[in-house]
Amino acid sequence: MNTELERWHRYWITFLTLLSKEVMRFSRIWVQTILPSAITTALYFIIFGRLIGERIGSMEGLAYIDFIVPGLVLMAVITNSYSNVVSSFYSSKFSRYVEELLVSPAPNWVILAGYVAGGVARGLTVGLVVMLVAMLFTDLTVHSWPVTLLVLVLTSVLFALGGFINAVYANSFDDISIVPTFVLTPLTYLGGVFYSIELLPPLWQNLSLANPVLYMVNAFRDGLLGVSDIPVAVAFGIILVFILALATYSLWLLERGVGIKS
Amino acid sequence: MSALVARQLRKTYRNGFEALKGIDLTVEEGDFFALLGPNGAGKSTLIGILTSLVNKTAGQVQVFGHDLDREPERVKALLGVVPQEFNFNIFLPVEEVVVNQAGYFGIPRAEARARAEHYLRKLDLWTRRKSEMRLLSGGMKRRLMIARALVHHPRLLILDEPTAGVDIEIRRSMWDYLRELNADGTTIILTTHYLEEAESLCRTIAIIDHGRVESVSDTATLLAALDTETFVLDLKRPADSLPALDGFGLHRLDPHTLEVQVGRDHSINALFEALSRHGVEVLSMRNKQNRLEKMFLDMLDKRRGRAA
Repeated sequence: MNTELERWHRYWITFLTLLSKEVMRFSRIWVQTILPSAITTALYFIIFGRLIGERIGSMEGLAYIDFIVPGLVLMAVITNSYSNVVSSFYSSKFSRYVEELLVSPAPNWVILAGYVAGGVARGLTVGLVVMLVAMLFTDLTVHSWPVTLLVLVLTSVLFALGGFINAVYANSFDDISIVPTFVLTPLTYLGGVFYSIELLPPLWQNLSLANPVLYMVNAFRDGLLGVSDIPVAVAFGIILVFILALATYSLWLLERGVGIKS
Repeated sequence: MSALVARQLRKTYRNGFEALKGIDLTVEEGDFFALLGPNGAGKSTLIGILTSLVNKTAGQVQVFGHDLDREPERVKALLGVVPQEFNFNIFLPVEEVVVNQAGYFGIPRAEARARAEHYLRKLDLWTRRKSEMRLLSGGMKRRLMIARALVHHPRLLILDEPTAGVDIEIRRSMWDYLRELNADGTTIILTTHYLEEAESLCRTIAIIDHGRVESVSDTATLLAALDTETFVLDLKRPADSLPALDGFGLHRLDPHTLEVQVGRDHSINALFEALSRHGVEVLSMRNKQNRLEKMFLDMLDKRRGRAA
């Protein structure tokens, strides 16, 4: 094996080590990491889908319970991808075992990729569980598998990166719950999970367009159900721009050692 | 070849504190090198810079000829570090800590497991390999940090107070293992507050104070610079009065114990002969202070006296 190949092989092993460490972490505490989303989503389906949904009727030509499935799945994916990285990386800072990585020859982009992959793994696992729960309440057939899977993965990557940046700046455990509570949850709830923006007055429709979560929810709804308030290509473009910006910023933070080096 | 060359290393923290004021240091390959200094002297900052945990303000570091700024991956692969404070994920089992560390260095899983077994057996931790970190004693955690630092076979091992808080038996066994590693070719840099540890293990000693290297010398030369040594003598019979001995400063701690200062120009034999002539019979003798400790304190006193 030549030197260049050896180097990439080492990076690959480092990446796999980080990924398996992350998967082991959230699997070991599945009652805290996977189960809550399944229970919450089941409650959403019972209350908003069955009890209230039947009075609401249809939305964009779909039964209300079917309409909310993509948003609820994506909400679980977003929350879990973010939480996994923010809590894992902040814990490693807090207990100082991030130093195990900093003294190793692993380049920053491999470290970032490892943590993000861990977040994606949890996001997709929870997304799958929520989807299975949804199947108990609806009979969905996927409209486009490529669009569905691509939106799931890209959204997961985007919010895992967001979680990483939050963890870098966090100085206490309180700091890792501020963004999910005061930013993520409102953006998700106002991102068209429970309604079509066509129901909103023009001013609120326009304001909603500034919410990036709206594009993800609609792209996912397009993949799953074939209906969307937003052109899918635009949604993909916006998601990719955000990923590029957050990844660049995360790498810059790592390079500077912000929050992790004196 | 030099294992480590540091040139004009400076570190000023964001609060304006200047921890390193231009450190120049060379550690030769194969050496067992002690870095001594009082608390706040800059030892941990220096180690932090060498191991990429602290950003330097200025200066240059080379490890086995590779520049830390230009070839960080290469330099990091050559270094092993045992930090002063525990830095583990306390919920991970012992073996996973070592195997994961090997993974971060790009060592395949099967090889990582074999190496983890080797070092955990060597450091007497193999039977605890499935235990979570939080269940280990302080001594076990210290030994685990050594196993973790060695798993990628570093050529330069940096130990920041590796035996702090460890009982004497484990400390001795750790010394033996460190000697063995050094004899096998690993260059070792050690910081410690136990000066007998530095005297016993290290061939070269650097003293750092106020962010500067005060002296670098081989251990024997450094100890030879001691003007006097103080011994404590336990007597067979109580001494009611002190004999006047030329060349020895003598004073009584209690009727059965004397303290004597022996100048560099006088021998212990002469002391015993003189005591014997005065009918004083000595049962046992010990150093009042570790020799290196005395030299270290003298040096700091002199320096502070000059500064005052």
